[in-house]
Amino acid sequence: MIVELGNISLIAALAMAIMQCVFPILGAAKGNQTWMSLARPTARLQFLFVLIAFMILVYSFLVNDFSIAYVANNSNTLLPWFYRFSAVWGAHEGSLLLWVLILNIWTIAVTFFSRHLPEHFLSRVIGVMGLVSIGFLLFMLFTSNPFERLFPVPVDGADLNPLLQDIGLIIHPPILYMGYVGFSVAFSFAIAALLAGNLDITWARWSRPWTLLAWIFLTLGIALGSWWAYYELGWGGWWFWDPVENASFMPWLIGTALIHSLAATDKRGIFKNWTILLAICAFALSLLGTFLVRSGVLTSVHAFATDPTRGIFILALLVIFIGSSLVLYAMRAPSTKTTGSFEILSRETFLLFNSILLLVAMLTVLLGTIYPLIIEALNLGKLSVGAPYFNAVFIPVMTPLVIFLGFGVLSKWKQNNFIKFLRKMRALLISSVLIGVCIGAVFYAENQLKSIAGIVAALWISFTSLYSLFIKIKDKKDKIIAFKVIPYSFYGMLIAHIGFAVSITGITITSQHSVDIHQRMKVNDKIEFADYKFHLKDLEILSGPNYQATEAVVDVIKKDQLITTLRSQKRIYTVRNMPMTEAGIDAGFTRDIYISLGEPLDDGAWSIRLYHKPFVRWIWLGAILMAIGGLLAIIDRRYRLHKLVKKASSNNNEAVLTTK
Amino acid sequence: MRYLFPLVIFAGLATLFVFGLQNDPRYVPSPLINKAAPEFILPTLHKPDQNININDLKGKVSIINVWASWCAACRIEHPLLNNYTRKHQLNLYGLNYKDKRSDALQWLENLGNPYIESAYDEIGTVGIDYGVYGVPETFILDKKGTIRYKHIGPIDDKQFNRIIMPLITKLEQEQHP
Amino acid sequence: MKILPAILLFIYSLLSNFAYANDEPVIFENKNLEERYYFLIEEIRCLVCQNQSLADSNAPLAQDLRNEIFKMIQANKSNIEIMEFLVERYGDFILYRPPLKKNTWLLWFGPFLFLVIGFFVAVFVIKKQSRESQENK
Repeated sequence: MIVELGNISLIAALAMAIMQCVFPILGAAKGNQTWMSLARPTARLQFLFVLIAFMILVYSFLVNDFSIAYVANNSNTLLPWFYRFSAVWGAHEGSLLLWVLILNIWTIAVTFFSRHLPEHFLSRVIGVMGLVSIGFLLFMLFTSNPFERLFPVPVDGADLNPLLQDIGLIIHPPILYMGYVGFSVAFSFAIAALLAGNLDITWARWSRPWTLLAWIFLTLGIALGSWWAYYELGWGGWWFWDPVENASFMPWLIGTALIHSLAATDKRGIFKNWTILLAICAFALSLLGTFLVRSGVLTSVHAFATDPTRGIFILALLVIFIGSSLVLYAMRAPSTKTTGSFEILSRETFLLFNSILLLVAMLTVLLGTIYPLIIEALNLGKLSVGAPYFNAVFIPVMTPLVIFLGFGVLSKWKQNNFIKFLRKMRALLISSVLIGVCIGAVFYAENQLKSIAGIVAALWISFTSLYSLFIKIKDKKDKIIAFKVIPYSFYGMLIAHIGFAVSITGITITSQHSVDIHQRMKVNDKIEFADYKFHLKDLEILSGPNYQATEAVVDVIKKDQLITTLRSQKRIYTVRNMPMTEAGIDAGFTRDIYISLGEPLDDGAWSIRLYHKPFVRWIWLGAILMAIGGLLAIIDRRYRLHKLVKKASSNNNEAVLTTK
Repeated sequence: MRYLFPLVIFAGLATLFVFGLQNDPRYVPSPLINKAAPEFILPTLHKPDQNININDLKGKVSIINVWASWCAACRIEHPLLNNYTRKHQLNLYGLNYKDKRSDALQWLENLGNPYIESAYDEIGTVGIDYGVYGVPETFILDKKGTIRYKHIGPIDDKQFNRIIMPLITKLEQEQHP
Repeated sequence: MKILPAILLFIYSLLSNFAYANDEPVIFENKNLEERYYFLIEEIRCLVCQNQSLADSNAPLAQDLRNEIFKMIQANKSNIEIMEFLVERYGDFILYRPPLKKNTWLLWFGPFLFLVIGFFVAVFVIKKQSRESQENK
């Protein structure tokens, strides 16, 4: 009974989505106030219906309603309740429902935080988001209904894939989807601007906080995925260039280009067409990611159970949304007027390079990801493009970006004094290289060239960013006030760029200097590795709610002092008969120690892997810093918009939005 | 005009994906097609002291079906193989892959034995030579012992009637000096 | 009906995962050989799995292939010979680093090409807008 309610809710949501799309957009085109005013209420109603459907699915999982095929395929009575909750998005149909729910969350957020937007613009934005929702609701109702029934009702379910029975599943997909789906807001703003027919700069200003927020979520979502793979898969890998990982990385690259391009358009009125295109591209890549995961065109460890019919539907969505957006772009873009110009050595130039270099990076990842498809389609054979290719090719492509980052941060808008600028840069460049070489040569004996390159890059970014702060306060008498006066968005930029440098450092050092060994151990064996002693104290047999396990208890000793005791388990999950490793990790700021229990060997010994991974946490720490930086930038904008609106109402004047 | 550029690129991508949807990404074409079947000498499944030599198969069109008792898909394919060997004159040999002899023999007893004989590849080295990665797999060899076709996964009636049987007929008519 | 084989292969891979894999640590006499081994198993794809390298995979086929590679390294075969051995049997698909052949020129030179084109586009745009603003003055 309640399941039918879920179905009905989805249909009701679809009805709302149709109204949310049709009336506001037509209303904006015709200037019909009544139709436009339908935007907010229909959006909120749609959200309500989708939420109801979602809650019903959650409820079904929690009470083990195996008459629903999706619940039966992904849950089990032995599954702990919090995994039953997250199993809602553990497979295709449910994760789609989550996708639509998150789309609706963004939509109602826009309905609430949009008092300052003119009605016709807001109507178009909400309308476009409604259109996206229509597409995905139709997709769900026609090919992937989470409420499909199962007869006869099985006694118990097939259990959630053990790899997903982890806190990572509880947080990674929702946060990642907040990012993916969040770019639909930037997309909607861009389309609304195109529909309006005049690309003045205000749409860029309005779009910035939303785009930044989506970008923050995507950054965190990707970092979470990497961290999750690291500790969950049991062998210390954190990035595999798997097609689905690439599918999340590509929108991030373009999203980064987009937030920078939006800044240029907002502040200087340039790159308008380009920014619109980036917004369309970012969302297109989100949709592409959805397509790649669910259609079965590429093999991936992340792929949901694939079905070409679903693939065709998503491809159709992709073609309709992006195809029509690009047609609209081709129609409207030629009439855009640029209002600013700039010299060669200006911040605008570097932002242009930023956009282009990030686009190149994205195209590189795209090329490698779809190349197997191209070759097969042209009947030229079948090949794999894996991590070795991407690692070889991606770093040379990112290098110019890193170099230009330093220059961009210290360049001024519109023009720069050529000589002075280069002199400043030269000093910073030389110090980065020198210090980088020293650190690299002193601390590391192998892989020196690559280590030094990464460290120099990180230092270059950090020094130039910090120097830009230094410049702002060096001539001021009262330093405290000088610091306070600097807007949050500047600190945001500073922290985000340093976060990028921190990630680069982590990636470089852990890639070049991680070590591991694979040994057999019996109880009481001791092994020396990476300046530590590992003592296998015990092998315990234990069981969990839905698994049996053997646990290795290992003491980690350095210089005769017990650092920590690590535990690693080899589990067999009983329902699916599937083995899984739980790694034992001692997390540290400068290194992780990581143990992974292997398999039982003859004579009672077990194989075990020990890893020493220097600075691996810096990878994700950097991502957190980037997210914090983004947050500071958002707070700044909203604060200032708030102030301006207050000023306007208090002065009883038209809000004069000054550029800063 | 340059504003149409993104649309054109996108159209190209979309076309590519339409193609991609029609292919199975997990299907790995065999590089052994039109090459001599890799040589092996293995003990037979039923009589460990007797051997099968791949060269023994020369002179006739033969089918090698790679199977195992632990393989669920083989279980689905097996009754069809029984049918085909009943209806047609087929030189069907089995390659029992990484199996336990007793399990394999029991399996054949329960489900029927369509094979002239099965070679027992306990460790799987012959499987590697044949590029086996997903059991069941089926190879069709011509009279000279050249691999002319490889099918991955269980065979169904449609594939048998449309591809395999016609190929066998064609190969039987080939004359080799 | 492509779904059925996919599901069946999937079931197969599940079943084969259950049997405790033989995870005997490989022991090499010298570090060079060991490094080559660990390098190679990252470069080879596990065909049974959904996109894992031989290093990452627990599947029996992955084990078998790791063993083969181990034996070949001990037998003094070079990396190229080992990869050729595998490609002969499984095709180019088994290598994660696509070999530089005619059908991979675009792949290997593409990124560099993108960079160069990107630079030219950037320079073109900068010059153009600079010219236009001069004209407007």
